[in-house]
Amino acid sequence: MSSSPDNATELPRRKVFTRLALTIAFFALAAVAGLALLTNILERKSEAKNPFFRVVELTDDTTDPAVWGKNFPLQYDDYMRTVDQVRTRFGGSEALPRTPTDADPRSIVTQSKIEEDPRLKKMWAGYAFSIDFREERGHAYMLEDQRLTERQSVGQPGACLNCHASTYVAHKNAGDGDVVKGFSVVNKMPYAEATQLVEHPVACIDCHDSQTMALRITRPAFMEGIANFKAHQGIENYDVNKDATRQEMRSFVCAQCHVEYYFKGTEKRLTYPWHNGIKAEEILGYYDEVGFKDWTHKETGAPALKAQHPEFELWSQGIHARSGVSCADCHMPYKREGAHKISDHHVRSPMLNVNRACQSCHTVSEKDLLDRVETIQANTWETRERAMDALMHLVDDIKAAMAAGWSDTDLAAARDFQRKAQFLFDFVEAENSVGFHAPQEAVRILSLSIDYSRQGQMTLRPLGARPVTTTAEFAPISLPTPSSE
Amino acid sequence: MTFKTLLFALVGVSSGLAVGVGAYTFVYAQGASYLVNNPASCANCHVMQEHYDGWMKSGHRHVATCNDCHTPHALIPKYLVKAENGFWHSFYFTTGNYPDHIQARPISRSVTEAACRRCHEDITEAIAGHDFMSATAESVSCIKCHREVGHPK
Repeated sequence: MSSSPDNATELPRRKVFTRLALTIAFFALAAVAGLALLTNILERKSEAKNPFFRVVELTDDTTDPAVWGKNFPLQYDDYMRTVDQVRTRFGGSEALPRTPTDADPRSIVTQSKIEEDPRLKKMWAGYAFSIDFREERGHAYMLEDQRLTERQSVGQPGACLNCHASTYVAHKNAGDGDVVKGFSVVNKMPYAEATQLVEHPVACIDCHDSQTMALRITRPAFMEGIANFKAHQGIENYDVNKDATRQEMRSFVCAQCHVEYYFKGTEKRLTYPWHNGIKAEEILGYYDEVGFKDWTHKETGAPALKAQHPEFELWSQGIHARSGVSCADCHMPYKREGAHKISDHHVRSPMLNVNRACQSCHTVSEKDLLDRVETIQANTWETRERAMDALMHLVDDIKAAMAAGWSDTDLAAARDFQRKAQFLFDFVEAENSVGFHAPQEAVRILSLSIDYSRQGQMTLRPLGARPVTTTAEFAPISLPTPSSE
Repeated sequence: MTFKTLLFALVGVSSGLAVGVGAYTFVYAQGASYLVNNPASCANCHVMQEHYDGWMKSGHRHVATCNDCHTPHALIPKYLVKAENGFWHSFYFTTGNYPDHIQARPISRSVTEAACRRCHEDITEAIAGHDFMSATAESVSCIKCHREVGHPK
């Protein structure tokens, strides 16, 4: 009985205590949340002032991107992410494990294209690309992968470095301050020797002026190539660094490398074949004019050409180029970092970045945009498959004619058709967008290729060449699996 | 009693802090600006800066502010939409979890669609007939084709 009053007073006291504790905890949490929000707002407001801290002094000789990265950490972080290896439905690469050797210490490589599609091997018979040709990796690997490709076994010139290394300072040094002169010197050096002059893959200084950060062209091959193309259009003495607009520069800096090219003469001068224009057949016409061939086809004896990676040329024929959309708009779209706005230096497929890359202009859902791109690429792929098969039929027919004892004179026309069909096919094959950069142009080029292959076969008709199918049946083409699978 | 006093003081201090910090944050973040019609407040947190700049260049600037196209016209629905949008906008901006090119939600689109039809009633009625006030009508959408009238690029 005596304990009951105590209990009566104790219980409410405990209750009071609990309630007060909860109230304190509530307000304490509210204060913390309020402060956190305040800090966040403060941070955003200060970011919006967009301060720039010059931590190091950059000069026209600063090659190392890590040094530039001290002044531009956000851009540098993105640039470093070009190590990513991601596959999209039609492009990208897979990281395949590899046992490192002394000669090649890479523990990861990409899938081999010539093993995936042996028809490529046959197309490049007798050429270095039939030895080793893999899916390309991101910018971070351009130098390493070039130094270690088995294609080096055939002896490559220093000209190859133009697009695989940060060569601006190397060219400048080799030419005693004159980039164009140094370019001539490095081009003809053996690759093994020239590669000693460079340290980094393409870096900040290859596209930016170190003092103003303005875009600029550093590759003499592009300066000369675009001047030749402009001259063809009737514009004399075109100086790209003076005459190009800012928006043009946002494509031109990429076009320093993402183009078709050849090594001219014994000087191995890297040359962009744009003298007659930049459409596929205009380039082909130039090669015919100067009598250039990359190699003689081992199985057919055709004077063959290898198309490189004419992204700039194909894009130029497309709707995006006509609409004034630059390479950087899709591959380096503006992005938000806090309240900062920067251009994304993680250069990659827009398919991995649809919101920033496409939805700035297209108010369509991400899924619809991906579907649109895949439709275009599937159509290109299907046409590519037919063009490839047609080319193989021509190669087989020329081989059969050779075996039947046809003379070089009799075979000349068929070989010329092979050269042309092969180059046109390769123009789309080597271009990194599976037709997307200019869908109708890509299919137009492939249709021209198919026509050349079939015309080439017709020149061999006395042999009795017949179509592979006896009826006009529709042969479905198998496509790569969707990226979501 | 001393224990109670201590607790009382603690509650007082903590609640005072919470209210004080909250009030300061509200003022610092220009919270009051969201309660009125000034379009500049929509660009407070930078995300809408381009939309604001675009609106400044548009013909609509002379006749319509953000709220005229992006909130309903009746008073209660207007503040309900403002509250809901305000919550999500600050939530996403604070967490940073939103796409760079912001996408209008279907509900936001229907609000804007209704706003077009209200001001341009004479024209839209002739186009869409008796259904013209139905913002959800899929058949005809003003902003599908005229998406840049408010914010020209």
